[in-house]
Amino acid sequence: MDAGDPTHEDKPLAVVRQPKAHDSAAKHTTGEAVYVDDMLEPSGTLHAAPGYAPIAAGRATRMDLDAVRKARGVVAVLTAGDIPGVNDISPKQIGDDPAITPDKIMFHGQVLFVVLAETRDQARRATKLARIATAPAMPLIDVDDALVAENHVHDDYGFLRGEPADEISRSPRDVTGEFRMGGQEHFYLEGQVALAVPGEDGDILVHSSTQHPSEVQHTVAHVLGLHSNQVTVECRRMGGGFGGKESQATQWAVLAALGAFKTGRPVKLRLDRDDDMAMTGKRHDFRVDYRAGFGKDGMLRAVDVTFSARCGYSEDLSLGVVDRTAFHADGAYFYPACRIVTRRMRTNTVSNTAFRGFGGPQGKLFAERMMDHIAYAIGRDPLDVRKANIYGGVGRDRTPYGMRVEDNILPEIIADLERSSDYWGRRREIAEFNAASPVLKRGIALTPVKFGISFTLIHLNQAGALVHVYRDGSISLNHGGTEMGQGLYVKVAQVVAEEFGVGLEMVKITPTSTAKVPNTGPTAASAGTDLNAQAALAACRAIKERLYAFIQETYGAGREQVKFRDGQVLIGNQAMTFGALVDQAYLGRVSLSSTGFYRTPKIHWDRAKANGRPFFYFAYGAACSEVTIDTMTGEMKVNRVDILHDVGKSLNPAIDRGQIEGGFVQGMGWLTTEQLVWDSTGRLQTHAPSTYKIPTSSDVPADFRVTLYESGGNREDSIYRSKAVGEPPVMLAISVFSAITDAIASLKPAVMPRLDAPATPEAIMRAIRATTGGDG
Amino acid sequence: MRKTIRFIRKGRMVELSSVEPTAMLLDYLRDIEGCKGTKEGCREGDCGACTVAVGRLRDHRLVYEPVNACIQLVGQIDGCEIVTVEDLAEDDGHLHPVQQAVVDQHASQCGFCTPGFVMSLFTLFHATKGPVTRDEVNDWIAGNLCRCTGYRPIVDAAIEASGQPRRDRFAANSGDTAGLLSFLADSDDVFIGDDDRFIAAPASVDSLAALYERHPDATIVSGATDVGLWITKQMRDLPKIILTGRARGFDHIADTGYELMIGAGATYARIEPHLRALDPDLGELLRRLGSKQVRATGTMGGNVANGSPIGDTPPLLIALDATLELRKGKQERSIPVETYFIDYGKQDRERGELVTGILIPKLAPNQIFRCYKVSKRFDQDISSVMGAFRLTVGEDGSITEARIAFGGMAATPRRAKRAEHALTGAQLRDSRAWARAFGALREDFAPISDHRASARYRVETAHALLGKALIEAAGTASSRTRINGVREVV
Repeated sequence: MDAGDPTHEDKPLAVVRQPKAHDSAAKHTTGEAVYVDDMLEPSGTLHAAPGYAPIAAGRATRMDLDAVRKARGVVAVLTAGDIPGVNDISPKQIGDDPAITPDKIMFHGQVLFVVLAETRDQARRATKLARIATAPAMPLIDVDDALVAENHVHDDYGFLRGEPADEISRSPRDVTGEFRMGGQEHFYLEGQVALAVPGEDGDILVHSSTQHPSEVQHTVAHVLGLHSNQVTVECRRMGGGFGGKESQATQWAVLAALGAFKTGRPVKLRLDRDDDMAMTGKRHDFRVDYRAGFGKDGMLRAVDVTFSARCGYSEDLSLGVVDRTAFHADGAYFYPACRIVTRRMRTNTVSNTAFRGFGGPQGKLFAERMMDHIAYAIGRDPLDVRKANIYGGVGRDRTPYGMRVEDNILPEIIADLERSSDYWGRRREIAEFNAASPVLKRGIALTPVKFGISFTLIHLNQAGALVHVYRDGSISLNHGGTEMGQGLYVKVAQVVAEEFGVGLEMVKITPTSTAKVPNTGPTAASAGTDLNAQAALAACRAIKERLYAFIQETYGAGREQVKFRDGQVLIGNQAMTFGALVDQAYLGRVSLSSTGFYRTPKIHWDRAKANGRPFFYFAYGAACSEVTIDTMTGEMKVNRVDILHDVGKSLNPAIDRGQIEGGFVQGMGWLTTEQLVWDSTGRLQTHAPSTYKIPTSSDVPADFRVTLYESGGNREDSIYRSKAVGEPPVMLAISVFSAITDAIASLKPAVMPRLDAPATPEAIMRAIRATTGGDG
Repeated sequence: MRKTIRFIRKGRMVELSSVEPTAMLLDYLRDIEGCKGTKEGCREGDCGACTVAVGRLRDHRLVYEPVNACIQLVGQIDGCEIVTVEDLAEDDGHLHPVQQAVVDQHASQCGFCTPGFVMSLFTLFHATKGPVTRDEVNDWIAGNLCRCTGYRPIVDAAIEASGQPRRDRFAANSGDTAGLLSFLADSDDVFIGDDDRFIAAPASVDSLAALYERHPDATIVSGATDVGLWITKQMRDLPKIILTGRARGFDHIADTGYELMIGAGATYARIEPHLRALDPDLGELLRRLGSKQVRATGTMGGNVANGSPIGDTPPLLIALDATLELRKGKQERSIPVETYFIDYGKQDRERGELVTGILIPKLAPNQIFRCYKVSKRFDQDISSVMGAFRLTVGEDGSITEARIAFGGMAATPRRAKRAEHALTGAQLRDSRAWARAFGALREDFAPISDHRASARYRVETAHALLGKALIEAAGTASSRTRINGVREVV
């Protein structure tokens, strides 16, 4: 079996491992790739626009919507009372997230009503005509407000090992710190959008830009009081997701479906960018408080850390997101004793949600800051401190949640990168530069990544696929994963083409649809390929089993005499095209269609006992970044970045490199220029690209060296021994943040710069003041 | 009088007789033509997903510039050729060189920004002859946001395509296109609508001034890089729109030897080389203003006329002691730019009065100029603080005049008069005078805190920028004081 052995492949691969272009690459460049808003609208399509709460907390005491109803083009105005089923869109169906709030207002931007009009412009304009009387309450805006008010969306959770408090007090050295890290807007280029088309018997077809069609399906059914079999959700592609369309595409699909249900006409809802940014959740921002005890060499003895996350007004996915923060609070380091506490704070802001890394980057940022803190406290190079604490060695392989780290390749990766990036040579050059440069200071950092792969909600680690082979040998592929640009579709198609020994052009990729593959999980947790390619492979093999049996019966040849290669089927000395074989099989009444199913092996997790093996494996990588800062203004520039990242044995190195580079730059944005600002009334001030700054081309260093680690392959039996790559590269960008810290630290020995994320020019100036002995 | 808007699509003239004043090009393309390749990402001209190429004759040569269709009024494209992403590939399906390069370099992931990038790269392809550098590409695509790729492959695609000969259907048809464009460039005033609701594009400055005097409640639109957002974001109804783009001579740029005369309708793109010749900092500031798309349509006249407290050009103009020319009907007057800004939202401009031009004195040999812009993101961002400095130095090494102006520090762009006073008469290298100036600067301004920066950071940064200007004026190489925008060739 070719996908089974990590070290050698028993036949040369023709399609898998090739740097195939994204399946839609050419269509992207010509504008022919169709997104939901580009679909031909059925005649009579109405356009929906939400009207939203003008305050962050309190009640809407009276809504006068007469002028809205009378406005030009308006066909209907929907309020909570129009919902026939259950008014809840929360992923766990726990009732804390109304599709349209009846009157209680939990954040500025919460949907109060929905206008349906003949044109989108009419619908948007009409929303402004509502007169809403409110009884405002005092909003809780940030984590500190919520901590004082003790308002949580869920119980605290964490891990305890040993007696960290005692250990810290017994340690030769210790540090205490606190810092903040901001959230992050997804800024998918295609905003939230759905088109709902009513059918007969009350059925509804919803085209939704969603990472989770099944959840949209179930929620639409729930809200409309339908059975799930009456609702079909389709998604051909998204214009970016990044977690922002995992749970939070649902509301817009539900509202479009509600409009269609009420009017009997197709309804499209596409959020305006500013509304999208105000009304949809973001990466969780955190306050982190920590203490660490360690030896004079910087070796950790104990860690005590508390993460307080701003979850927003409802739970959404915060349970799992903040759990993942706890899972990654160890970074890549062994904590002999530790207490890791995570707190999920409820605020009157938009409900924070999944974002590439799903809480992991926040945990990891803490671990790297703690390493920096220890290093500056004892005057050792941060890289030495990192290496000293990395997992490995006798009795140093167990995570705070009990899982053993069995596949750690970080020592090799770090050693390679240390050499290839000339870390130590540049460390010396930088010291010389800084000594002679009063205004500009440079810094460098090399940080590792270790990221756990699998959903920690274990039941999500399953996937289905549906493969049809037609009589001409062409293949139709469907699975539960969604395409948001990450190249999932082409990777799965490569696996299918390889399996049947045909060219990629023979595999037709079809839109994800709940009518084809049911009860799917979200495309998330970096696991899209791991799960769906395995499911598709299972479907292919089921069909192949039947073909082998047919060949045995017809040609008397056993499977060891059969090869599927180059579009041919070789049976002993005979050759025929794949199409000829399957046509014969069809005439022989062999089914050429199969479902496939996959469930990730080995994993189990008992959350209550905080024990188990939540991850199938870990993905690893490391980055070395160098920056220059301007100590007068706080401006910063990234000079050079070297990345060495482990994707196992790659299914598609071009796609994987794209994920690494894109993830790195996105993570760099999170930690540098992307700043979310709410005012004291709870109104988001940064709700458009004019005020919220994601990286642009010139922010990417000209010297950007990205290498795939030459891996022997995933030690676990993953698809073709590849590794997941969607999320881990985001955390490579922590090297930029640490390099900025390093540049500031050059101003004064033995002081840990108090730098909050994002490291905007202003944050850098604040850290410089705090470091050089001014105030903070 | 012409009552239609005319432009070229796919080699043919399109003539529209019914055009709403606030109709946007993007909606025309997507909803009327049904060309869905051009995407809406933000509807405020900041993401570039809606980028299209606009072809115009400049000095009898056909040039293509990238424009954000989402904030471009349909009326503005009168007399132009519009090229969208659907038009690039050959009829037999062969991709355009820039499209092929994007595919080859794996430069699309989700693909939603890709049409906009392709169109920006298409304009770069036509604007250059040989290979381009990474910096040139970065500048050219600063107005296109991509959230997936991290940009590296897009830049590589641009570089790959720039190695190709500039052969495509547009080059092949350029003669015909130029002919059509010349035909469209008539001297008729355009007026669509009636006295209560219209969009007009006068063909001369006289008729522009006359029309505005008759309709002082109309909105004057040059580039629409700001007014566009009044329509798309503030949902304002602007029933009367007067476009300046067709008024002959309104975009004139003249160099008199000792000053630059910049017509109010001149785009940043055309002004940039002139200002760069005045001082490299001016060139760099213009390069960082908005994006290629914004600079292709936005004007300095509009930037000043709107009176934004965070506009990037007013502090420069104030420090350079520029003069503003205004006209109402036939009446003309000139005022110093600095007196134009009275208070937040209030300018020295009468109802029905137009800004027609800006006079910028060139720097004398004994004048040192510096300007700095600080923003969260380096390219395509709005200043937190912007400072411009012109120091005149006497033969004895003393500062005979200091003009210092800041943006982002007050409700209007304003001079730092106390700091100027502290420096005037002092030796350029007198550190005690510098200290007095830093102290005086704190008296000059009491800025506010907002989402761009806190008041404290603004005060601190104004101090830093003045410090940088003085350090550099006193002889320190800017390579030691700046991360970006180094002036000296190093």
